[in-house]
Amino acid sequence: MENLLSLFVKSIFVDNMIFAYFLGMCSYLAVSKNVKTALGLGVAVTFVLLITVPINYLLENYVLKAGALMEGVDLSFLSFILFIAVIAGIVQLVEMVVERFSPSLYASLGIFLPLIAVNCAIMGASLFMQQRAFVNVGEATVYAFGSGIGWLIAIVALAAIREKMEYSNVPKPLRGLGITFITTGLLAMAFMCFSGLKI
Amino acid sequence: MGLFSKENRATFLAPLGVNNPVTVQVLGICSALAVTAQSEPALVMGFSVTIIVALANVIISLLRNTIPNRIRIIVQLVVVATLVTIVSECLKAFAYDVSVQLSVYVGLIITNCILMGRLEAFAMANGPWESFLDGLGNGFGYAIILVVVAFFRELLSAGTLLGFTVIPESFYELGYLNNGLMLMPPMALIIVGGIIWAQRAKNPELQD
Repeated sequence: MENLLSLFVKSIFVDNMIFAYFLGMCSYLAVSKNVKTALGLGVAVTFVLLITVPINYLLENYVLKAGALMEGVDLSFLSFILFIAVIAGIVQLVEMVVERFSPSLYASLGIFLPLIAVNCAIMGASLFMQQRAFVNVGEATVYAFGSGIGWLIAIVALAAIREKMEYSNVPKPLRGLGITFITTGLLAMAFMCFSGLKI
Repeated sequence: MGLFSKENRATFLAPLGVNNPVTVQVLGICSALAVTAQSEPALVMGFSVTIIVALANVIISLLRNTIPNRIRIIVQLVVVATLVTIVSECLKAFAYDVSVQLSVYVGLIITNCILMGRLEAFAMANGPWESFLDGLGNGFGYAIILVVVAFFRELLSAGTLLGFTVIPESFYELGYLNNGLMLMPPMALIIVGGIIWAQRAKNPELQD
């Protein structure tokens, strides 16, 4: 239990998807202009992570690993294709379910949902899960949830800063993208304080 | 239209400067930042992405009239994932050390927005040769940024370039110190911010 808690806190603050690994930067930069949409996207990413990582964990351990399916068969070279197919499939499914049962949520997330399929954070979490060799599916799920929350915190924080920055006098060539990068850099420096955090 | 007509040359050259995939189109940032602590992985990464973008562009452009619109994202992902798997296996076979350094970021080329962005925006609407040039141009544009960022980070953090020491001993004797912070993620972001600043100061039409 303690182990899971520590994994959770670590994946939010120390191994933050954005500040430590730069995963999901594209949508992070594009959709952080106001807090409300940023929050919506963050929730959607967390949700998709929470579904895809455990599924990929099971596939990795019961189908792809050397000797998992049959003695002497190693399918691990197929992992990229299988992971991305699962992610694309799940995103499509989530989209249809949300559309059917919660049209209002669908309307507010509409454009971002299909884009999540190509969000590096989702694929990245699956690949890190593969690399770190978690012992059971519970750990993989907790890791996915923590990563999602970390991503959510990062995008909401940046969106809040950008909303305030509308009123500051930024040098002209630096406006927009440039200052966003530098702000993210400073945020990442702040998050470096968490490294070595233990519970 | 000739093979190297004016439009084709523009297709190839624009991504190297005014339409750079990283600093102007804001695509493929994730890997651009993560693999640039040293020059060698940055070069390998830039090269791999160039090959994959160019080939994926050609394949999708050949298939563009047969792909049903609703499932095009999945078709594109499968083509890209296949190419990435091939490149990843080649790296493991011929450049194992670098492939370990790049770790998950080779796999992440699949979700690199440059690929999906170029496939959607260019290859779905243009012929194979133009698409090939566009892929090559965008790959090189991406590689240039990677190499520039890696140049600063490696030079300032370890005083080396591609593993060779370039800052002379006498500097260290005078009290010059390597800056370990350059190895940390935040500095990659700040350097890219600086590159964008410099580029936009030079090309006012890119400013917001």
